Amino acid sequence: MCGIVGLFLKNDKLRGDLGRLTGLMLRELCDRGPDSAGFAVYGGGTPGTTKICAVSRNGALAWGPVARELAQAIGAGVEVEEIEDHAIFRTAGAGDVARKWLIDNVPGAYILSQGQSIEIFKGVGDPAAIVDRLALEKRAGTHAIGHTRMATESAVTIAGSHPFSTGDDTCLVHNGSLSNHNRLREQLTRHGERFQTENDTEVAAAYLAARMRNGDTLEASLHNGLKDLDGFYTFVVGTRDGFAVIRDPIACKPAVIAETEDWAAMASEYRAIAPLPGAEHAKLWEPAPATVYAWSRAA
Amino acid sequence: MQTASVRARNSVLDLAAMSLREVNQLLHDTRDGDFLIRNPRGAHALACGLDGDLNVTIDGHVGYYCAGMNKTAHVTVNGNVGTGLAENMMSGRVHVTGDASQSAGATGCGGLLVIDGNASARCGIALRGLDIVVKGSVGHMSAFMAQAGRLVVLGDAGDGLGDSLYEARLFVRGSVKSLGADCVEKPLREEHRASLRALLDAAGVRDVDVAEFRRYGSARKLYHFHVDNAGQY
Repeated sequence: MCGIVGLFLKNDKLRGDLGRLTGLMLRELCDRGPDSAGFAVYGGGTPGTTKICAVSRNGALAWGPVARELAQAIGAGVEVEEIEDHAIFRTAGAGDVARKWLIDNVPGAYILSQGQSIEIFKGVGDPAAIVDRLALEKRAGTHAIGHTRMATESAVTIAGSHPFSTGDDTCLVHNGSLSNHNRLREQLTRHGERFQTENDTEVAAAYLAARMRNGDTLEASLHNGLKDLDGFYTFVVGTRDGFAVIRDPIACKPAVIAETEDWAAMASEYRAIAPLPGAEHAKLWEPAPATVYAWSRAA
Repeated sequence: MQTASVRARNSVLDLAAMSLREVNQLLHDTRDGDFLIRNPRGAHALACGLDGDLNVTIDGHVGYYCAGMNKTAHVTVNGNVGTGLAENMMSGRVHVTGDASQSAGATGCGGLLVIDGNASARCGIALRGLDIVVKGSVGHMSAFMAQAGRLVVLGDAGDGLGDSLYEARLFVRGSVKSLGADCVEKPLREEHRASLRALLDAAGVRDVDVAEFRRYGSARKLYHFHVDNAGQY
């Protein structure tokens, strides 16, 4: 199983409610994924400033010294904001260099995301408790995607919590499982990808991010994924400007999409959409197999 | 119990104020009367296992397994439904005014299921006697291994219609993306037109000419094992 949600705001007046609404959606899907949860909030940001989110693998971690060492390593100022066991580093330096340095030099942390807008948070345990503990309700932004996990392919650890992000401002949540991820992981590793977990979804995230770095549009990367990713999936892919939904051609994993003048939302089940304002009058449909549905703020 | 159920007849059941279990238990205990269910908000297993002369209307979208195992009762959903609508339905009538997700009418044994919108993948999978009328289109692998009953589609059918079909009869008015293994088109004779007309009348579809449909059924080559067909299983 697993539950996934995505919320894209068309009406800027709702930005302050993004975290609260996403939290309502995730709470409805606790029983689809009771063992862990995570969410990516696209909170806007400042051009030229990269945010890097990290979570401690086990217990407390002294983030201040990490920020100071990182600043020295990349030759640029680094600020750090601590939220529970998470840290958000902000720097005007090179984001991808900073991310790589953190992966190589902070073995006590997972590096969750890197980008101008994206912020990823995740945890193990009851999704509602994770939403409360990490104060999702307080976070504002333009769009968000989230996941409640019922582990099948790998252990119940923070390493297995979604979303997975390997590219600038992109991330992926996944309901399903992939069968060819080991071979694909080897291929991507040969091309320089840095994997932090054994999870199949991290491979899919890296695959899509690599395709986009090499010139694919988001839609094209997902169409290529239909050929290269073997398995069952409903994916939601977040980008700086929006998100896209795709189901594999067999479409065993559920998905429903709803849209009003104020928002577009996807969820594993309608009950996660029901708490959104005006849901009862939304246009509501089930996404067809092997078809990309995308929303973007880009002009 | 009896007093409570008599009092409850012909009433509005609000899922914002009652639990799902209370609503289903009340419908099971009452066994007759008219009910209107409000605020379903995607709830699962709503109005399941009904057995009696009940008329149940649900206002809003519902979740998985709505009206499963229905016997005798009439259930109407004013909205969309999730996976497994009217699964293993025995008799009575289930009517959805919106769309249905996958496996609508799965393994249904009898009665009538009417979907005003579209049904997605695997509609009527393993059908065993239920009649299904879909006014929109159906997704891939519909009527997979269907044994008996009828699936009528006013719109189009997706890939693999009627794969490994037994003796269910399929009628499609629009296009069929592809037929599944052992499913073939068959002539629409007068007896089929008459039977289809009666079924469409029962489903409240009166402005459609039955001559516009094509009939599909089993070529009967797969369900008796023949070694030459081994590659198709």
